[in-house]
Amino acid sequence: MNAPFVPIAATGLDQLLVGTKARVLSIAWDSLDEAEANRLRHFGFDEGVAVEPLHLGPFGRDPIAIRVGRMIVAIRRKHARAVQVVPLQQ
Amino acid sequence: MTPLPLVAVAGSPNAGKSALFNALTGARQKVGNYPGVTVERHSGRLTLADGRPVELVDLPGAYSLDPASPDEAVTRDVLLGRQTGERKPDALIIVVDASNLDNHLRFALQLIELGHPTIIALNMIDLAKRDGLELDAKRLEQELGVPVIETIAVRRRGITELGQALDDMLSAPRCGLHERAPSELVRLQRRAREIATAAVVRETPVRRWTHRLDAVLLHPVFGPIILAAIMFVMFQAVFAWSEAPKSWIENGVAWLGAQASAGLPPGLPRSLIVDGAIAGVGAVITFLPQILILFFFILLLEGTGYMVRAAFLMDKLMHGAGLSGRAFIPLLSSFACAVPGIMATRTIDDPKDRLTTILVAPLMTCSARLPVYTLIIAAFIPNTRLFFAVGLQGVVMFGLYFCGITGALLAAYVLRRGVLKGGGGGFMMELPKYQWPSLKDVVLGLIQRVQIFLKRAGTIILGTTIILWALASIPQAGPGQKQSEISIAGHIANGIEAVVKPIGFNHDISLALLPAMAAREVAVSAIATVYSIDSGDDAARNRPLVENLRHRWPLPTALAFLAWFVFAPQCISTIAVTRRETNGWKWPLFMVGYLFVLAYCAAGLTYWTAVLLGL
Repeated sequence: MNAPFVPIAATGLDQLLVGTKARVLSIAWDSLDEAEANRLRHFGFDEGVAVEPLHLGPFGRDPIAIRVGRMIVAIRRKHARAVQVVPLQQ
Repeated sequence: MTPLPLVAVAGSPNAGKSALFNALTGARQKVGNYPGVTVERHSGRLTLADGRPVELVDLPGAYSLDPASPDEAVTRDVLLGRQTGERKPDALIIVVDASNLDNHLRFALQLIELGHPTIIALNMIDLAKRDGLELDAKRLEQELGVPVIETIAVRRRGITELGQALDDMLSAPRCGLHERAPSELVRLQRRAREIATAAVVRETPVRRWTHRLDAVLLHPVFGPIILAAIMFVMFQAVFAWSEAPKSWIENGVAWLGAQASAGLPPGLPRSLIVDGAIAGVGAVITFLPQILILFFFILLLEGTGYMVRAAFLMDKLMHGAGLSGRAFIPLLSSFACAVPGIMATRTIDDPKDRLTTILVAPLMTCSARLPVYTLIIAAFIPNTRLFFAVGLQGVVMFGLYFCGITGALLAAYVLRRGVLKGGGGGFMMELPKYQWPSLKDVVLGLIQRVQIFLKRAGTIILGTTIILWALASIPQAGPGQKQSEISIAGHIANGIEAVVKPIGFNHDISLALLPAMAAREVAVSAIATVYSIDSGDDAARNRPLVENLRHRWPLPTALAFLAWFVFAPQCISTIAVTRRETNGWKWPLFMVGYLFVLAYCAAGLTYWTAVLLGL
């Protein structure tokens, strides 16, 4: 029997498991202050961009190292929460 | 005379911009400051093929023309011709990381829109190949409409070609380039991604080196262990390797003093040169080996890309005190000496995070406190064994370090909720690819930082030691009088004594506090001098310093003295470097004020607790 089609739900970037590739669905720019939002834009965060959490900080799994496009950036968990992503099917 | 053509080197952080700048200008660099801000201006000269000189200026790395830090604001203002003390550039070299075009082309596109004659340096082309990326520079040139030169700055490749392109550009009459209306950041970013995709000829998936290394170095368990090991090696080096050169310098200073003593007639001028200038400056340059080794490690950690990893690992812990992970290395460096530590805070983007780090850095127990701690502990703390190999003296020493660290974290916590409230961009950093920096770049950075240290600390130290010497030597004591009592310093010490008596300090300590401002360990020799010069009876003179202390200081006084040195801002160099790094007297004065209050309270608390306990 074929598995029924299950739509993959969007989730926060902070909830994504290490090594899960995903695509950015939306970013809640309003929840960030201007400097933080600017930095995220500078890092290339944008709708449709490929992201992947790579490493977690050793204490409290914070901050998170994330691959964005071709670069790796580190942001704190609370900022990652502002980024909604859709995991890609492996 | 018309000024030389000015060429600005700009680019995103981690594009290898400074390495390219070093490759273009060699060692002929000038490091200054932009007026009104604490942003360094690096400039140098490049001679073109036809012999024409041009001036190159290395702008701070920026992600876009919307500044997020004072450094990025300078970059924007220079490029727009709005920076005071800088003329508008005649041409631009934009450095981009070949393996991160998606991101770096955004800033490049924004800069091309400004309409300056522009060349793109497609840098670190070797690392892109290592990552399995093959790029078409000609295609990139078509898309961007400006010349693109492939370079590997750390290996000095493509530099001649870049110079040639610059020559062509500056020789050609300016035409065809017009300033365009600035585009929105998001639109530029999307355009950057399109161009980057178009320029990729082939991409072979490979296991990237950086990823493999990070799997170990950022591992939740091994990461912190490796960090601790690296820090251990660094400190081992700072203290062990510096021992021999330190003793050479000490011997050299002593020899110089002896020569000057022998060659000059006794009197005030001889005393000024020997006891003032030579001894005072000597006390500071004995720290030079340690500072050199420390800077070497800091530059290596920065150059390889490990520095931000260390910040990543420590961020959560530092965050608890209101600091960011980036404060970790500067604060750790301050265990050797606060001066390089405070200079290393330049890597902290957020101005308030940086200021907090600067203000608490002097609380980390620097190596100049060790001679004071060692002397007092040897004199007053019995060498009893508590358990196994742990002795009471060691525990007290550890306790002093612990008090310093706790004090620093608490001070940071309070500052972040008080005078330095708000701000704090959190922790958002790029983790650059690992690479081995060229030795030339490290040496060049080392020379520049040491020059800054010697210039700033050196001149202020020379000035203050001469003032301190004058205070201690004028007026000259007559027969039967004690120099330390009759001099201006003696009278000041009487004033100090009135203030510090309530916290248990005696006259000897009051006399030592003033000269210890030159460098903390001078307190030891100052106390020794008081006993050797002043004591009338030979018995006291011939006793070792430790014995003299035991005779003259009660235990609560000694403990209060230790507590004082944990917190007191007893170091002119630190104050001088804080003034330089904060660009004014406001914050160094604040720092001195709060640290003295802290030291006074800690010493008083220690003294009275000890007295009440009947120690």
